[in-house]
Amino acid sequence: MALPQAKLDLTEERIASLDLPKGGWSDAARSDALSRLRLMGLPTRRDEYWKYTRPDTLTQAEAPRAAVFEGEDTPLFDDIDRLKLVFVDGVFDAEASDDLSLEGLSIERLADSKADIHWAKDLYGALETSGQTPVHRPLAALNTAFANDGLLIHVTGKVSKPVNLIYTHESETSDAMLHHVIKLDAGAEMTLLENGPAAARFNKVMEVDVADTARFHHVRAQGRDHERRAATHIFARLGSGSLFKSFTLTVNGVMTRNDVIVELTGDDAQAHVAGACVGDGDFHHDDTIFITHDAVNCESRQVFKKVLRNGATGVFQGKILVKPGAQKTDGYQISQSLLLDGDSQFLAKPELEIYADDVACSHGSTSGAIDEEGLFYLRSRGVPHGLATDLLTIAFLAEAVMEIEDQTLADEINARIEGWLLRRRG
Amino acid sequence: MLEIKNLHVKLEEEDKQILKGVNLTVEAGKVHAIMGPNGSGKSTLSYVLSGRDGYEVTEGSATLEGKNILDMDPEERAAAGLFLAFQYPVEIPGVGNMTFLRTAVNSQRKARGEEEMSSSEFLKVIRAKAKDLEIDAEMLKRPVNVGFSGGEKKRNEILQMAMLEPKMCILDETDSGLDVDAMKLVADGVNALRSEGRGFLVITHYQRLLDHIKPDVVHIMSEGRIIKTGGPELALEVENNGYADIKSEEA
Repeated sequence: MALPQAKLDLTEERIASLDLPKGGWSDAARSDALSRLRLMGLPTRRDEYWKYTRPDTLTQAEAPRAAVFEGEDTPLFDDIDRLKLVFVDGVFDAEASDDLSLEGLSIERLADSKADIHWAKDLYGALETSGQTPVHRPLAALNTAFANDGLLIHVTGKVSKPVNLIYTHESETSDAMLHHVIKLDAGAEMTLLENGPAAARFNKVMEVDVADTARFHHVRAQGRDHERRAATHIFARLGSGSLFKSFTLTVNGVMTRNDVIVELTGDDAQAHVAGACVGDGDFHHDDTIFITHDAVNCESRQVFKKVLRNGATGVFQGKILVKPGAQKTDGYQISQSLLLDGDSQFLAKPELEIYADDVACSHGSTSGAIDEEGLFYLRSRGVPHGLATDLLTIAFLAEAVMEIEDQTLADEINARIEGWLLRRRG
Repeated sequence: MLEIKNLHVKLEEEDKQILKGVNLTVEAGKVHAIMGPNGSGKSTLSYVLSGRDGYEVTEGSATLEGKNILDMDPEERAAAGLFLAFQYPVEIPGVGNMTFLRTAVNSQRKARGEEEMSSSEFLKVIRAKAKDLEIDAEMLKRPVNVGFSGGEKKRNEILQMAMLEPKMCILDETDSGLDVDAMKLVADGVNALRSEGRGFLVITHYQRLLDHIKPDVVHIMSEGRIIKTGGPELALEVENNGYADIKSEEA
C-alpha cells in the first residue's frame, strides 16, 4: 500500500538530511533498515501508536533547539565503582572515558568497527527488525540505518562492576543518534547504567540479546534538561532461564518516548520493565511497552508510575502478547499516575492479547490525587504539608523503584526524585 | 492544658450541626474520659481538635496552654503538643514505619526550634519503646499500618505517642477492635505516659477500657453536648444502666 504523500515527504526529507554511514559489516543491515523505513514511513499523529504523543518534533529534519541545563548536581552514580563511557552530544569521547576494557566483556565503538566480519553482524538491526511486527517502529529503523556511533558490548562472563554510559549535552542544536548492541553469552551477567540528557534531540536504539541463564540489569536516568527531546527503543530477546530487568527514571524533558520491546523466546525467562517519571508544565512522557511471551513458564512485569503536575502529560501504552503454546505465562502490568493538580493528564492504553489457555495475566491502570486520609494522618503527627505530600509521592513511586535490585542504585534514584520534589516545594 | 469553650461545629458539606456547645477543661496531669452513645459527637470532637478537613467551627474556642489551636494547621497543632490516637489508623503503603516516625519526630522538633534527633539516638529510643509495646523490628520496617492487625495498629498509635511525647493526648475509641490482652498492653502503654505535665482525653463507648486506664473525671456526651460530669463512678453507672437513664435525668 502506498504511503500518504505527506508521510512520504516527511520521510524523504528526513532521510535527505542524513548521511548513510558506509564501509564494513553493518552496510547490509543499514540498507535493509532504509528500505524498511521507506515502506513504513515516519510516524504521524494518525498512526495508532502515536495518538497520544505528537511525533513531529521527533521526525522533522531539523532538531528543535534545547537549552543546556546548568546545574550543580553531583553526577548520578558518582559513588559507585563503575566503568565510565562518555558521549558528548552523541559522539563518543575517549578522553573523558575509562579504557574500553573490563573483565568479562569486550567493548568496541560502532564508529570504529569497519571490518567485514563481526559478532554484532547477526544482531545489529536484527532484533529491531523482529520488533517491527506487529507494530511499526520507524524511528528505530531510521536509527539502524543512520546511527554512526554507539557501543558493541559482548558479555562473556560475570562483569565485576557496572558499565555506565554517560550522555552529556553541550550543544543547543545537537541531534544525536546512537545504536548499541549488547550480547550476553549463556550465564553472563552485567549491569548497565545510563544517564544524562544526551542531546537537544536524541534517537537511541539498544538491542540486547540475553542468552540462556544470562542476567541483564539496566538502570537509566534521562537527564534534567527540560527542553530536550528523546525517542528511545530497547529491543530485547530472552533465552531460557534468563533475566532482563530495566528501570528508567525520567525527570523533566519536554518530549520523551521510550519504547521497550521484549521477546521471551526461552522457557522460564523473566522480564521486568519499570519506569518512574516526574514532570510538570509542558513535560510529555510516553512509555510504550510490548512484551511477547513465546515460551513456557515465563514471567513478565511492567510497573510504570508517573507523577504529573501543572499541565504535564503522561502516556502509557503497554501490551502483553501471549502466543499459542506459551503456557504457564505469568504476566503483570500496572500503570498509575499521581496527578498533583487538576491540569495534568494521564492517557493509558493497556492491552492483553492471549492465545494460550493456562496463563495468569493481570493488568491495572489508575489515575488519582494524593490520598487525603494519608496526608491528614501524616500532618496530625507533625509532618508539614509539603513534606507529607513528598513522602506520599515517593511512596507512590516505590513499587517501580523497587524493581531495581541493587539497593545502592535504588537509593541514588530515590535521591534524584527527592531532589525534584524539594526543588518544587520551594 | 486543653480548654474547650462553647464549641459549636457543623459539617462543611451539609448543614448539619454536630457539636452544640461543648465545654470541657482537661488539666495537666489528669485523665478525662468522654463516654456517650453512637452519634453523640465524640469522634467529631477529636477530629475538630486535631484539624481534620470537613468541619466548620461556628462558635466557641479551643485552646492548648492558652493558644488558640483552631486556627492552626494540623502539623502546627501536633508541634504545639496535641496528639490524636486514631480510631482507624491510616495505612500508608510505601512509607516505612520507621521513616514515618523519624520524620514526624524531627519535623516537630524543627517546628519548635529544637535540635533534630540523630539516627542513632532515634534508633536507641524507638527500640526501647517498641519493646515495651511488644512491637518487633519487622513491624517497624513495614509500611505504616499496612497489613497490621487491629491490635498492631493500636499499639503502633501508642508507640507514636510515646515517641512524640505530646502534652495533650486524645485517644479516640482506642479500645475498639482489641481483645483483652491487647487492651491491657495498650493501656499499660498509656499509663506509662501518664505524668504531671500531660493531659489525656479518652473517648470510649465502654467502661472496660477505663478499668485499665483509670480516669480522674468522666463526662457523658449526648447530642453534641456534655450532659453530665462526674468521677470514675459515672462510668460504672453507664455500664450498669446504659445512657438512657442519664439522658432522661437531664431532660
